[in-house]
Amino acid sequence: MLLESGGAMIRLAVVSGKGGTGKTVITGAIAHVSTCSKVMVDCDVDAANLELILNPKVIERQEFAGMDTALIDQAACTACGICAGACRFDAIKTNGTSFVVCSDHCEGCGVCRYLCPSYAISMRRRVCGEIFYSQTHFGNLVHARLTPGAANSGLLVGIIKKIALERNSDCDLLLVDGPPGIGCPLISTVTGMDAILAVTEPSISGLHDLERLIRVCHPLSADIAVVINKYDLNIPGSDSIRVFCQNAGIPVVGQIPYDESVMDAVRKGRLVTEYDSPAAQAIHSLWDEILSTFGVRAFAG
Amino acid sequence: MDNTRRICIPSSGPETGDLVDDRFGRAPFFMIYDTGTKKTEGHKNPACDGMGGVGPKAAQFLITHGVTVLVAERVGGNALEALKAGGIAVLLFDKKGATVGDAIEAFLQGELGEQ
Amino acid sequence: MPSKHFSRVNSGNSDLPFSYVPETSDNIDDTLIMKVTVASGKGGTGKSMVAANLAWALSETSPVTLVDCDVEEPNLHLFFPQDPIEREEVTVPVPSIDLDRCTFCGDCAGFCAYGALLVTKDRVLFFPDLCHSCGGCSLICLAGAIKETQRSIGTLTLRHISDRLHIVTGTLQEGDVLATKVIREAKRIAERPGWIVYDASPGTSCPVVETLQGSDLCLLVTESTPFGLHDLELAYSVTSYMGIPSGVVINLSDGRDKETRAFCEEKEIPVFATIPFDRWIAHVQGVGDLISRRDSFWKDRFIALGMACCSRVEEL
Repeated sequence: MLLESGGAMIRLAVVSGKGGTGKTVITGAIAHVSTCSKVMVDCDVDAANLELILNPKVIERQEFAGMDTALIDQAACTACGICAGACRFDAIKTNGTSFVVCSDHCEGCGVCRYLCPSYAISMRRRVCGEIFYSQTHFGNLVHARLTPGAANSGLLVGIIKKIALERNSDCDLLLVDGPPGIGCPLISTVTGMDAILAVTEPSISGLHDLERLIRVCHPLSADIAVVINKYDLNIPGSDSIRVFCQNAGIPVVGQIPYDESVMDAVRKGRLVTEYDSPAAQAIHSLWDEILSTFGVRAFAG
Repeated sequence: MDNTRRICIPSSGPETGDLVDDRFGRAPFFMIYDTGTKKTEGHKNPACDGMGGVGPKAAQFLITHGVTVLVAERVGGNALEALKAGGIAVLLFDKKGATVGDAIEAFLQGELGEQ
Repeated sequence: MPSKHFSRVNSGNSDLPFSYVPETSDNIDDTLIMKVTVASGKGGTGKSMVAANLAWALSETSPVTLVDCDVEEPNLHLFFPQDPIEREEVTVPVPSIDLDRCTFCGDCAGFCAYGALLVTKDRVLFFPDLCHSCGGCSLICLAGAIKETQRSIGTLTLRHISDRLHIVTGTLQEGDVLATKVIREAKRIAERPGWIVYDASPGTSCPVVETLQGSDLCLLVTESTPFGLHDLELAYSVTSYMGIPSGVVINLSDGRDKETRAFCEEKEIPVFATIPFDRWIAHVQGVGDLISRRDSFWKDRFIALGMACCSRVEEL
């Protein structure tokens, strides 16, 4: 698929299957080396690390109320216990005389509300996080934080992507730091993207996780390319990844060596590509290769 | 035989002058154009900020409102299956910056193909 | 070549395993039941490596059950060559619609909070991957057309590694979402005497909370990078919220752990061990082996880590 620029925004998501592959560092570095206007979204809400390397200045916050929770009106409750008996999620606790919904476990199904003979139960949206709109050196960043126990969700990912798109529709690039895993938040991240960069590393489960990730992304019709991070920690492992990608027709657009200067840079609050190091050079090549593989012509400006 | 068709267009607002929304399940509004009465109704999409399963829920809304054609840009897997089960044809419309009115016009001119 | 080099310079913090002399087997209580969850705020910190090595080392002298609660991407079994001796399906109740009784009223689809049911004028569609098994649809159906049947969402396997070491692996089928159910079942079959070491999925969401329920202690594995610290703070907020005592393991350390240690000191979380970043360690893991299996030096260190966990629980 050829991507055109100079008008239509290009949407690139950086994902990894499992965490800890270096996805966030790579996303931050791409924000640096790509010479075009961009907006960034950190969809890895459970471990929102992009803010650690982009030094955002928060200019707006909004609450995220993403989950329905049941609420028992204690005045109306007759302590009959029907709700607790029916709840499949062990979300209704009692001390014998009063019944309370434990919102950590509640999945918002509404069965208790339906069954309550006293109409004492209502469903409420529960605030379970906060969304931030920030400025960074490279463009605006939309990110979020969840309260402990609350889960990242396709809903939250969809919301933060939408905020980014609506307010920055004239940018050339939408750059998304994706969540790990293959569940709902990942699918929501990848939906509507033009290109996916899968970051993998040659560990024992690296190839296995990459295969799963590709399987899940495949029907979502975005172009996929792979970059092997810390490839020199296990050369045979990296080779297996290349073989898999070749057989699957997926381009490997780069490989980055293990490089201690990466974390040095992070500690100093700088990006790896601000220094001249093996990893930085590999990332420069990576970006060039991404542009040519996805057929992107020069960005306007 | 009643040839009336009811066309749904996901929209960012409740008027025909509003921009088409490029999603289905999470679009804030559904505009329904009736080829018989030639009128357009605007409905808030009850599924749009659901926790999950918004595709099927939105499809259910369309089925309940007698929609037979959906004009949209992106429709996810579960939603597509749900729409198919409901006998709703899905036509592709991905013109950027178009209004609901533009989409209706494109449909009436027979410009749209199935997804 | 095994590396016995510790890049951590003595920071003055008492890091128990380095001063601890491993106990002899006389001191290990065979009736001990100790439940430890190994968790981390982000992936890639080496949580599975710590869990697997801890289980292996302790199984020298105590019965240990290692439970893989990272059910979306279980990987502990990759460190052990044995095949499962037992396999069990994990099922959840899902609706089954009797179309002869169904009036296509649509109440079930209207009730479902998850969009798992769709009702047309002559058909009912069910989306199993959206269903949360709440039971609401069968309750609400006035025509009595909905019964519940069991649907498989994953598997549990049990591996016998040695007389003292067993591994329970929970695997959630790809595309399914009810991870907490699989975790609960895995924990159920893992209820055996001795140590139970749970390897949680990374992050801080429901599956991690489910894994942590009932644990005596949580080992928080972090790395000595700003990312590691940031995510340690998130993980700690969950364990402290749940009232579960924690201990920290700093993995992949390059010796510059000042901020992490400062955070631990401030929150009064003991740092039980520091494992250096070391290419030999990375290599051993990369080929699916355990450093405690290859080198008795590391075996002793992981036994000491286990003892540190016990001491921590006892003192509280």
